[in-house]
Amino acid sequence: MTDQIEWTALSVFIFFFALVTVMGFLAARWKSGPVSEHLDEWGLGGRQFGTWITWFLVGGDFYTAYTVIAVPALVYAVGAYGFFALPYTIIVYPFVFAVMPVLWTSAHRNGYVTAADVVHGTYNSRALELVVALTGIVATMPYIALQLVGMGTVIKAMGLSGEFPIVAAFIILALYTYSSGLRAPALIAFVKDTMIYIVVLVAVVIVPAKLGGYAAVFAAANDAFVAKGGATGLILKDSQMLAYATLALGSAFAAFMYPHTLTGVFASRSADTIRKNAILLPAYTLLLGLIALLGYMAHAANLKIASPNDVVPMLFKTLFSSWFAGFAFAAIAIGALVPAAVMSIGAANLFTRNVWKHYVDPAITHAGEASVAKITSLVVKVGALAFTLFLPVQYALDLQLLGGLWILQTFPALVFGLYTRWFRADGLLAGWAVGMAWGTWTAWSNGLKPLAAISLGDVSYSLYVGLGALIINTIVAALVTAVMAWISPSADRSAVAGS
Amino acid sequence: MWLLLLLPFIGLLWVPFYNMMEPALFGFPFFYWYQLAWVPITSVLIFLVYRSLPPDEAP
Repeated sequence: MTDQIEWTALSVFIFFFALVTVMGFLAARWKSGPVSEHLDEWGLGGRQFGTWITWFLVGGDFYTAYTVIAVPALVYAVGAYGFFALPYTIIVYPFVFAVMPVLWTSAHRNGYVTAADVVHGTYNSRALELVVALTGIVATMPYIALQLVGMGTVIKAMGLSGEFPIVAAFIILALYTYSSGLRAPALIAFVKDTMIYIVVLVAVVIVPAKLGGYAAVFAAANDAFVAKGGATGLILKDSQMLAYATLALGSAFAAFMYPHTLTGVFASRSADTIRKNAILLPAYTLLLGLIALLGYMAHAANLKIASPNDVVPMLFKTLFSSWFAGFAFAAIAIGALVPAAVMSIGAANLFTRNVWKHYVDPAITHAGEASVAKITSLVVKVGALAFTLFLPVQYALDLQLLGGLWILQTFPALVFGLYTRWFRADGLLAGWAVGMAWGTWTAWSNGLKPLAAISLGDVSYSLYVGLGALIINTIVAALVTAVMAWISPSADRSAVAGS
Repeated sequence: MWLLLLLPFIGLLWVPFYNMMEPALFGFPFFYWYQLAWVPITSVLIFLVYRSLPPDEAP
């Protein structure tokens, strides 16, 4: 990376950044409701987002800026294995279509704002509610930090050094999220997604044309992997196949357990809105698949790269004129703002509804909830900022990886209750604890790798730790429930509040 | 109809079925275009299930 400031790129970047900042503050008046009087308004945008707004919002916060940087980086480094993001973001949609409308209906009927609200309503267990809420908050924090890492990468590519630009960008983000709530990222998502679509469609047409076509791109990548050796290549090694499939499946189950994706679900106008989105959102997956190919294009362009995370910024800087590079960098940086805003709102909703309300101020009013959530969203963002400024980036990466594993352990508590009343809170709590402990310990002892080796006879397979932990979690939950049902068949099982 | 939703899981999680270079399409090895092709296929499958649902009574 040069330290030369790219003025053209920077000007284009600043123009778009200023545009979304103005939009962020004006968003409070968009489809306006009393933003400060009710958490439904600040935290869920009034529960009124229709098909298109939801499409932009969920697309904008599920496919994050970090994804745009990290997926091509992984594909650049190891090849086919990095593509697991593609099957993952395809099979997530049949799941969303089948499950999320049921969850929405339960949330809508009972006024739930968070996953932990749903769990409490279903099982009437404060302990289970609390662990679901805390898991969500803890899993989200490093994810926000990684959005900053993504933004920092493109700011660095424009020749700006030091921490001031990213601090300034984040303070602006924090302020308009505070004043406008979920309406701000929903409105900004229109700009962000449109820009990302333009950037990627231009890139996937023009870059291969400059590099001699897709066959040449794949051939160049293949040569690079042959030279590099190890577990890299254009297709998977036999030993990688189970890891690839389990990572895709585990990630798909985890994706809509996160507070930021669930916030998008709860903010929809109807169950039908979510069903339509399950049909329409795969358009972003196509985009993601094309973005992943940027990793191979970097090989074809013979880029010399210090860190794989620089693949995308360097590719745009090398192959495009300065103004288009600036446009692309703005798209990625704005792409960081949308998920960071929704994540902090999701975490703030959890803290307000499931921690503050029950343990600090049970008599809190609706306006009080909104103001606690607004302040919490600020605290969450400052925490994420401090995280990226004062700790090595690797910590955020490791924690985000563990976060995926952790959030997956809330799956039984949140999803099973939508279909069966059989499980008991004690069982789900025990399953969660064992899943968290086994998963964390296994990932930790493997040097914070998401894969665990299992031996069947002479052959050793590696699989995604999160999915393994989810299976153990479910088995423990079922066993403990069965034992509890045998000991006390008539115990009070649930609040039966709604659903 | 709901069983249609299982097809993407089978098609994409049974990795040995598509972990190969040939046949290539437009310069894309099979591994890549096969998985990309599942994106529109999945949308269509979900749409077919959606169309078969009774009208939604939710507001």
